[in-house]
Amino acid sequence: MTSTAQDTRRKARRPRAPGRGVPPALLAPALIGLAFLLVPLLALVVRAPWRDLPEQLTSPAVWDALRLSLVCATTATALSLVVGVPLAWLLARTDFPGRSLVRALVTLPLVLPPVVGGVALLLALGRNGIVGRWLDEWFGVTLPFTTAGVVLAETFVALPFLVISVEGTLRAADPRFEEAAATLGASRFTAFRRVTLPLIAPGVAAGAVLAWARALGEFGATITFAGNFPGRTQTMPLAVYLALQNDPAAAIALSLVLLAVSVAVLAGLRDRWTRAV
Amino acid sequence: MIRSARLAALVLLASLGLSACSSSGGGDGSAGGTVTVFAAASLKESFTELGERFEEDHPGTEVTFNFNGSDSLAAGIVGGAPADVFAAASSSTMARVTDEKLTAGDPVTFARNRLAVATAPGNPHGIDSLDDLAAPGLKVVLCDGTVPCGAAARKALAAAGVEVRPVSYEQDVKSALTKVRLDEADAAVVYRTDVRAAGDTVDGVDFPEAAQAVNDYPIARLENAPNAPAADAFVAFVTSPEGQKVLGKAGFLAP
Amino acid sequence: MTRHPPSQGLDARLVVEHGSFRLDVALSAAPGDVVALLGPNGAGKTTALRALAGLAPLTDGHLRLDGADLARTPPESRPVGVVFQDYLLFPHLTALDNVAFGPRCRGAGRSEARARAAAWLERMGLAEHVGAKPKRLSGGQAQRVALARALATDPRLLLLDEPLAALDARTRLEVRAQLRRHLADFEAVAVLVTHDPLDAMVLADRLVVVERGRVVQEGAPADIARHPRTDYIAQLVGLNLYRGRADGHTVRLDAGPKVSTTEDLSGPAFVAFPPGAVTLYRDRPTGSSARNLWRCEVAGLESHGDQIRVELTGELPLAADLTAVAVAELGLHPGAPVWAAVKATQTHAYPA
Repeated sequence: MTSTAQDTRRKARRPRAPGRGVPPALLAPALIGLAFLLVPLLALVVRAPWRDLPEQLTSPAVWDALRLSLVCATTATALSLVVGVPLAWLLARTDFPGRSLVRALVTLPLVLPPVVGGVALLLALGRNGIVGRWLDEWFGVTLPFTTAGVVLAETFVALPFLVISVEGTLRAADPRFEEAAATLGASRFTAFRRVTLPLIAPGVAAGAVLAWARALGEFGATITFAGNFPGRTQTMPLAVYLALQNDPAAAIALSLVLLAVSVAVLAGLRDRWTRAV
Repeated sequence: MIRSARLAALVLLASLGLSACSSSGGGDGSAGGTVTVFAAASLKESFTELGERFEEDHPGTEVTFNFNGSDSLAAGIVGGAPADVFAAASSSTMARVTDEKLTAGDPVTFARNRLAVATAPGNPHGIDSLDDLAAPGLKVVLCDGTVPCGAAARKALAAAGVEVRPVSYEQDVKSALTKVRLDEADAAVVYRTDVRAAGDTVDGVDFPEAAQAVNDYPIARLENAPNAPAADAFVAFVTSPEGQKVLGKAGFLAP
Repeated sequence: MTRHPPSQGLDARLVVEHGSFRLDVALSAAPGDVVALLGPNGAGKTTALRALAGLAPLTDGHLRLDGADLARTPPESRPVGVVFQDYLLFPHLTALDNVAFGPRCRGAGRSEARARAAAWLERMGLAEHVGAKPKRLSGGQAQRVALARALATDPRLLLLDEPLAALDARTRLEVRAQLRRHLADFEAVAVLVTHDPLDAMVLADRLVVVERGRVVQEGAPADIARHPRTDYIAQLVGLNLYRGRADGHTVRLDAGPKVSTTEDLSGPAFVAFPPGAVTLYRDRPTGSSARNLWRCEVAGLESHGDQIRVELTGELPLAADLTAVAVAELGLHPGAPVWAAVKATQTHAYPA
């Protein structure tokens, strides 16, 4: 993995052939796209109340929300990995009737407004939901208004990203390695665990990063399903949204914290894991 | 059966919440034309009716609404959103617009709203007063302190000397009510008008401390209104006896 | 050559259908046999191999190995080792762990599996490369690791899919010789798939030639080389081959002309002669003793070792090998008319 990363870097440094610049037809839209993404972020930084920032950031409420955000997003990512990687394998490697329908259903949360996702989660897992009522009756477990509820809401929106990403990697990976493992006596599960999984690890990591980022920014499903209570279900996006109601400066400060943490984590992970793809 | 009806209502609710964002097109300033009203979410039912009546009385004029949390609306107006009229759910949110000198003249209070406790139909937990909200194990939701219904609820609870441990501080009054309608929460402190608008899906419990936290609803034509004549006419209609009757029917108190 | 003890070795009839393609080949081999499936691309050789390994389900037929019915056994439970065409070494594992993978899956402990893997790699002369990842191995080394990996599970049937195809010409020579030694040592059945007649002849005791999903000829390599029964095999072994009806020393070919031979046969027969036996003339030879003389036209010229192969059409389509000097003296070029002659003593006729 390390040697691949080095190879990439070496390749990147190789001098370009003369007269092979970037065509303007590609460069111009690329720069417009980049600017479109960066200017709003830049505006946040420029308009940030830098003078009040130290005061905002020393508030324990901010750190509570940040800690909760990181814990929940990471747990949701772990949960997504546990169920999402097998689901992706099922979609990529097996053939069953209605598979394309199942794939479409898996991606549905991507197009569903998160608020609707939150309502759907309430109807399914709420105190009176079709599944939730049994959880309550048999185990005394209620999920709305709990940190576990936040994790579930985030998993609901993050899981499709992971599944799609891992399924793509699996489709690109040579299935004959699994066949080779089978001829050596490996069951399909052993082949998956000892051969396929290590081969697609970079893709899984990339999917996990994507899912984590999505979970970290989750707002609609979380506030609908898990409500908003500081220290228990109030993640950073919720804190930002509510601060925006009457204290935009505080909201910007909170957003900056979230941005800084995300950039630090994503940059670190991308370098370590996803470069080797 | 009940569940499917609730589901339909919720999906409708969610989609309305979404479409509210897109209905903020400005008027074109011609005679009659369109008048764009930014109104607090709690005014949705009554203002929709008022808009229809206004259009009947003023043929050729069309009223479009942007219903949302008052604070979001105020932020939008300060940020330059093209609106003719602003109707807020509290004086403090209206103050954010008047502070920027964006209203034409002083706002007028056209209605007042008082709080009520919303419970499941039949009030299964027997809630009679704010004190009952402190019962252990009872799942109560309040509005977040940053939105008017939350600020009012705090005031009322302080006046009653009751310490409630809610399970959630909701982003707006409608989400607080939704939690009760879905039976995820046992009680929510919301506006009386919301209880009435929810029909028989919830029961309302009035409590005396609500008098300590009555919300004023101010309305004003905006300085930069694209369609000032129609905007003034609409404000006049809201404060007229006919307008007041509609608001009263929805559960609002007279100013 | 082919022994059929009832309970030892391989006894299979592989029928696999997908789409319009149908493979139907019977294969049998005794322990110690090396059988080569030889055939053009798309003939179904690899499909047959996959069916033997359990990677392609049988539509029909049967598969018995040492008396056990394997037709419905999943690949991981078959005592079969496979060397894949591009080896498919697991890129994230060292050579040692690649070879230890099979024993591990078949129940050996970690250290035992590694010990066995190390022994196999040493036997393959790869003791220094146990810790290397596949991408740091040369083609020949990777091939040997793949062989060690397939053998480390003590298979009763070893399958090799184009085992030398991924190698360059020079490595190929060396690896072919090594592979021959290892296959000679192997005490169970080995089946290899190849489209290269040389690989087949060097490595296998017996050839099974497959064309369009069918076995067209099988037998000892030397026998097949001498008596090809299809154009494909004739081309592979470098013979001109015709089918006809024999009557004494003459075979009337299906294509029209007659060929005189030294053999005395009657009934359906093949006639074969090597391209080197053909003599070409610009003008009709008068004093030639050859009784087999045909009017042809040059269709193409191609270097073939130190000779030039001339493809001819006309009365009898055939290939002739000439020296460069001869080609120059005759002034041959595509379209040039020539006379082709073959002595009867240089032809070989055998019953069809």
